[in-house]
Amino acid sequence: MSSHDQRKIVIIGAFIVVGLIFLFRLFQIQVIDKSYVSSADNQALRFVTKYPSRGIVYDRNGDILILNQAAYDLMVVPGQVENIDTNSLCHLLEIGMDEFISSMERARNYSSYRASIFKKQMTASEYARLAERLYQYPGFYGQKRSLRIYPDSVAAHVLGYIGEVNQGHLERDTFYRSGDFIGISGIEKQYEQVLRGLRGREVLMVDVHNTVQGKFESGDLDVEAQAGFNLESSIDLKIQKYGEQLMRNKKGSIVAIEPKTGEVLCLISSPSYDPNLLVGVKRAKNYTLLSSNDSLDPLFNRALMAKYPPGSIFKLIQSLIAVDEGVINENTGFTCNKRLVGCHNHPSAQNLREAIQMSCNPYYYQVFKRLINAGRAKSYFEDSALGLENWERQVKMFGLGKRLALDLPSLKSGNVPNVELYDRIYGHRRWAFSTIYSLSIGQGELEVVPLQMANLAATIANKGYYIDPHLIRNIQKSDSILSWEKYKTGIDKDHFEPIIEAMNWVVEKPGGTARKARIDGIAVCGKTGTAENPHGKDHSVFIAFAPMDDPKIAIAVYVENSGFGGTWAAPISSLLIEKYLTGAISDTAKQNRILRADLISLEDVYEN
Amino acid sequence: MFMRTRQNIFQDIDWVMILIYFTLISFGWISIYAATFDEEHREILDMTQNHGKQMMWIGLGLIIALTILLLDHQFFETFAYVIYGFSVFLLLTVLFAGSEIKGAQSWFVLGPVSFQPSELAKYGTALALAKYLKTYGHKFKELKTKFYALGIIFLPAVFIMLQPDVGSMLVFVALLIVLYRQGLSGGIFILGFVAIFLFVIALFMKRITWEITEETVIQGSTIFLAILTISAGGFYYLFRKYKGSLIIVLGTLLASIGYYFSVDFVFDNILKPHHQNRINELLGIVSDPLGAGYNVHQSKIAIGSGGFTGKGFLQGTQTKFHFVPEQSTDFIFCSVGEEWGFIGSFVLVSLFVFLMSRIIWMAEKQRSVFTRIYGYCVAAILFIHFSINIGMAIGLAPVIGIPLPFFSYGGSSLWTFTVLLFTFIKLDSERKFVLR
Repeated sequence: MSSHDQRKIVIIGAFIVVGLIFLFRLFQIQVIDKSYVSSADNQALRFVTKYPSRGIVYDRNGDILILNQAAYDLMVVPGQVENIDTNSLCHLLEIGMDEFISSMERARNYSSYRASIFKKQMTASEYARLAERLYQYPGFYGQKRSLRIYPDSVAAHVLGYIGEVNQGHLERDTFYRSGDFIGISGIEKQYEQVLRGLRGREVLMVDVHNTVQGKFESGDLDVEAQAGFNLESSIDLKIQKYGEQLMRNKKGSIVAIEPKTGEVLCLISSPSYDPNLLVGVKRAKNYTLLSSNDSLDPLFNRALMAKYPPGSIFKLIQSLIAVDEGVINENTGFTCNKRLVGCHNHPSAQNLREAIQMSCNPYYYQVFKRLINAGRAKSYFEDSALGLENWERQVKMFGLGKRLALDLPSLKSGNVPNVELYDRIYGHRRWAFSTIYSLSIGQGELEVVPLQMANLAATIANKGYYIDPHLIRNIQKSDSILSWEKYKTGIDKDHFEPIIEAMNWVVEKPGGTARKARIDGIAVCGKTGTAENPHGKDHSVFIAFAPMDDPKIAIAVYVENSGFGGTWAAPISSLLIEKYLTGAISDTAKQNRILRADLISLEDVYEN
Repeated sequence: MFMRTRQNIFQDIDWVMILIYFTLISFGWISIYAATFDEEHREILDMTQNHGKQMMWIGLGLIIALTILLLDHQFFETFAYVIYGFSVFLLLTVLFAGSEIKGAQSWFVLGPVSFQPSELAKYGTALALAKYLKTYGHKFKELKTKFYALGIIFLPAVFIMLQPDVGSMLVFVALLIVLYRQGLSGGIFILGFVAIFLFVIALFMKRITWEITEETVIQGSTIFLAILTISAGGFYYLFRKYKGSLIIVLGTLLASIGYYFSVDFVFDNILKPHHQNRINELLGIVSDPLGAGYNVHQSKIAIGSGGFTGKGFLQGTQTKFHFVPEQSTDFIFCSVGEEWGFIGSFVLVSLFVFLMSRIIWMAEKQRSVFTRIYGYCVAAILFIHFSINIGMAIGLAPVIGIPLPFFSYGGSSLWTFTVLLFTFIKLDSERKFVLR
């Protein structure tokens, strides 16, 4: 081989070597190293989250309880911000330069090439002003969000509110991403998974100037956002609103239920607040004000969480159990012996109906004594314990002492005392009927929440059963069907007749304790109660249902520190019943008396 | 002299090269179309767009190619010096009368037409070198012949350096490959590699300090010089029996040390800041993906994101949306890498290597020395363009603005390579009619 041939080979060899080096390198960056793909996507693709609109909540008549309103987050990609007039942008956003710098700093710390929120939840009009000049600020763009709006400003405790997810939510549920909204209380929390919908995604191509150049892969990778399901609540906006008006300047709660279905018609806790206060950026500030700066504690849902002694309304349960157990019948009478237990002045009850009508305390002392000491054991103590055990079982059948299956979070169960409780307090066989007799008139260790009182009214209206009370009766256009259980008290339907008749007497007959609950043309059945309050004026309670023959509404009204049940709780009940059944109020004097009443005296609220 | 009459101009033409040529310009045009594509300008002949204009350059280029095939083969040899002389004259003139584009005074602009005399000089130099070595090649061992040959190459190179246009200048340096074939010592390339190696080492060492304790800090240069001295001692020990080895070893050592320290000077004082940045970026001494390294960073992202099979025709986001600068000229390879992936890159690299090797292989078959040497020139010019252009796109060579033959957008460059290649095809087609 000549030297020329060798050199020819060297030269061709050099060509091939360079070619191979290039191919190795290309193989490395194109096939082995995947990081260039993500770098390219980060640069040229913009993943825009399409937020679904949250489900709307309607009342039972199709009126809107919760609605969405558009809001805009101003997003920023710090790496793309260049040559902007910072002053004019600050001016548009109505922020100071130092706020601008700190927001920018925060965004940059997160990522310089990923979008983060620069300014949260601007209203549509705020954003509109900015939008037309946004092109002057490369790196900034608006992202549509939706906020909640409560058109009638009612039912704050029922509807609840939403807020941005926190670290805890993000860790528990991978569905959420930073900046997402989540229901924090009320229906918003309970039905979060139904309401939230599914986030969508849009993949856009952007050029080097961050200008959108169209959809990536013709939109094949885009996912449409799926709106959340709309809910149909059983709440009747009309009476919910009216009830809140009536409860203004009063502490307490109202719960109304449709007996046949268990649908909650209104659920009011007073004092309440405007749910719109807890929307958007002002939420944090207002929440603090509501939770710590208000001694009336408006955030506290009394209807579900306030535990009260039921007072005289409990006599209804005592009557039913006693008749069912056979220790009395509807004609049993007892003398009103005030030495046994205190009572107001009334003639002695000749039968069960009169006992209920006049709410005679000594009568129920006797009834309860027969229930507890039925001779189940020789020992007086043993007999009392066995009696209480049986009684407890029966009482619980009425939904007391257990958490009802209401579709709201934070519901209390109340308390029905049992043998263990008294054994713990007094010691085994160290207590007997004489120790626990105050239970006979719904005092003592008994605790119920207002929802349970309304449920009791519904149970009696149904003559012996109740259906899980609930606030949402339908999820629109969804496959999931809500179902609710029916609970039977186990007490014969016939035993309810005298009770219901007596409850009607309470309202209708002279000498009834709730004459103020009378409505012309509607047969109302009710029972007053006055729960002893060691801290101040007694609590006023009234449960009722109407019309008597075909009950459409069962209701419990609890007004704290208002004295006798017939004075305030009874008329409020009747107004709501009338409003619900007829849509009007016949006795405006009764209504005005309630509306004018201020039962929260300033002395109670502020210390002098 | 025995002559045969030719039937037609396409007789004895190397159709393989013609095929490669058409493959490359088609692939090139497709890449330009993809790189500049947007929905509003889909028309293939849209003259407001690079792809439309390139179509026109290709059309005119084919007419030029045909013209060359029609010329008498004697034309090239006869006018070699004339073309060379004219091009050197233009290179001189452009220094005074030219227009400055992108920091180099290298263009004549006459209304809508602009022309870069360095392109003509590549062709002229190749012809002149071929003619000179045809005549004096047998005396190549003589220093005078080498000197003239080097002179022919470096005269235009020096003028181009004054513009300054480093990329074009390097093309002339590549012609040393031709002289190597003629018998120039391979040592010159080894020396070149050693020089580049030392240059790189020096740049790195300059920035290294080695802290032994807080007080004792050893500079990188000190370490390097120590290693150099020790290895010189070792070499002397190994070759101590040979006469004059001491002088050679000492001389080399001193030259290396001198060169080492001159690197600092050359780098800091002679190279322009943007060259310094590009070299630092290439060597990884500095990383500045948004500044000096932006082009290469984006180019690598575009190519790397293509993956094995590529994103598909017109689906490249990086090139189309202008993330890659100069995406239809110097960085046209990105479009290939992104849209056609490793497969496309492989095809492209293979085509070039095959074309260059085929030219060398065919050059060696020539009876005409002129044709052979001219062929080597063409291969060398293609090689340097190919190496630097693709090397820079994938971060293996510094960023030097130099087009990818047949691919990059631009009439001057396309026509130069067309003329270079078709002249060789024409000369080659005459191989049977030429006597030595």
